[in-house]
Amino acid sequence: MPSDYRFSSRDAVVCRGVGKTWAPDTPRAHLALTGIDLDIRPGEFVVLLGPSGCGKSTLLYLIAGLEDATEGVINFFGDPVEGPSSDRSLIFQESSLYPWLTVWENVAFGLSIRGASREERRAAALEALREVGLVSAMDKRPDELSGGMRQRVAVARALAMRPKVLLMDEPFAALDVQTRQKMQDFLQDVWRESGASVLFVTHHIDEAVALSDRVVVFTSRPGRIKTIVENPLPRPRDPFSPEAEALRRQLTALLRDEVDRAFAEQEGMGD
Amino acid sequence: MAEIAPDQGRARGASLRARLRPTFIAPDRLRAGLRSVGWTIASLGLFALIWEFCWLMGWSDPKLLPPPHIFLGDIPNQIQFFNTATRWAVGVSQAEAPSGLQSLVTTVLSTMARVIAGLVIASVLAVSVGVLARYFRLFDRLTMPTIMLLSSVSPIAWLPVAVFLFGIGNGPAVFMVVIALFFHMVLATVTHIDNVPVNLIHVARTMGATKRQVYLRVIIPAILPAMLMVLRLNLFGAWMVVLVAETTGVGHGLGQIIMLARNTFNPSLVFFTIALIGALGFLTDYALRILQRRLLYWLPEKGTRHAL
Repeated sequence: MPSDYRFSSRDAVVCRGVGKTWAPDTPRAHLALTGIDLDIRPGEFVVLLGPSGCGKSTLLYLIAGLEDATEGVINFFGDPVEGPSSDRSLIFQESSLYPWLTVWENVAFGLSIRGASREERRAAALEALREVGLVSAMDKRPDELSGGMRQRVAVARALAMRPKVLLMDEPFAALDVQTRQKMQDFLQDVWRESGASVLFVTHHIDEAVALSDRVVVFTSRPGRIKTIVENPLPRPRDPFSPEAEALRRQLTALLRDEVDRAFAEQEGMGD
Repeated sequence: MAEIAPDQGRARGASLRARLRPTFIAPDRLRAGLRSVGWTIASLGLFALIWEFCWLMGWSDPKLLPPPHIFLGDIPNQIQFFNTATRWAVGVSQAEAPSGLQSLVTTVLSTMARVIAGLVIASVLAVSVGVLARYFRLFDRLTMPTIMLLSSVSPIAWLPVAVFLFGIGNGPAVFMVVIALFFHMVLATVTHIDNVPVNLIHVARTMGATKRQVYLRVIIPAILPAMLMVLRLNLFGAWMVVLVAETTGVGHGLGQIIMLARNTFNPSLVFFTIALIGALGFLTDYALRILQRRLLYWLPEKGTRHAL
């Protein structure tokens, strides 16, 4: 397990003045995100919380290197981000498994891109599947699995690349409440085991309270960082403790203004 | 490694069983198949019955619209006409000419070969051009407008071109099938590439896949189901255009039989040939459907996801 950088003083991800304009130089140009300053420490669990359409997913795509920032710079362990890399794995809301591959072939997909041998791939897939508790499903096809299992396979696929940062774009949003609870516990175990930093996008306050070391609250349109809230709750967490309740109340208040503002804007557009 | 071995063995056993399943016909599958055959017979029977009834009541003239029992009743006589190659050849005695059955088989196989050759050439060309258009921007800009423009031209307009370029024989017939399918299949390929879920591509890119790897390992398998559907739909188009193409003169061919029947005023032969073409089209579609199921093992069986 690559845990040597866990207590390193170097930051995993550093964003300075990061912004993104979609379709620049066209009449449809639209500023999604602006002025983001954010440092993420190695092994830290950071939740990005904000109303829908506030650009928090955009920030994830910029850090993943799938899109280029139109303002500012992003550094990853000291090097500027200039494109996608297997050190930064992205996990999506919807199942993104390849339906024509079996579970283990999906998990080993990244290794096959690198040209690893079948034995190597199988061994790596087995290890990653063991970490998510799905060894028994390795020869199944994705459509034979439940939504929660599919997301666990997606996590295994990301882990098989031994990433230093896991970027998660509302990964549990399509799951029912009970499964989501299970998946949150599962994710915390995986995160502790892997030593990777996690950047987790959600609009669920409960999820932020349960998972985060820090919560980054976004404003809406364009996305800016409104404030960063430390989550002091000890792990394992009791969601019903008075401290959790207080944090939930604080985050709810912070979000309410933004949601109200977004609603007002939408009503204004309707006229 | 030892602790996971039994687990692994069980999983492999299960998948082996799953792979063996299609070779045995499960009772429920057999029942569904029989039911489907039953409805096909009922549908054809109903249609034939109405026709026969009209003949019985004297509403339809048997010289113009001979009912099924007439045009299917005298097959040995009908298939005499299928020898279009040597029947009127000078210096070939009728005794040496191929028998009716031989002619029928030769005719059917010749037409089928033209359909399949045209379909294969058209799909290989179209998928290549479609993928290249999405891969190289310049290629896209240079070819797509022309392809768009030509896709609205009826294949019939290409018939003279086919003859100019390839004379008569198999060449123009295959060319006609290719030209009738090519443009639409290019547009279909491009559309399906554009519709590949973007997350599937993002995943490959975050794992360090090059553009070439994204195309080979994500985009092409992802569009395969839709492309096989396009192939099945275009199979009917191929059957339609091959008959027109064969009227230019190809020796053996179903298009020749239709022309012959028209020129000799033989409605019975027309309907016999139509019935034959219908059956062949149905059978080739069935063959493609089996191919589809074998190739696209990861898709659910047809109908299981239907809402009604």
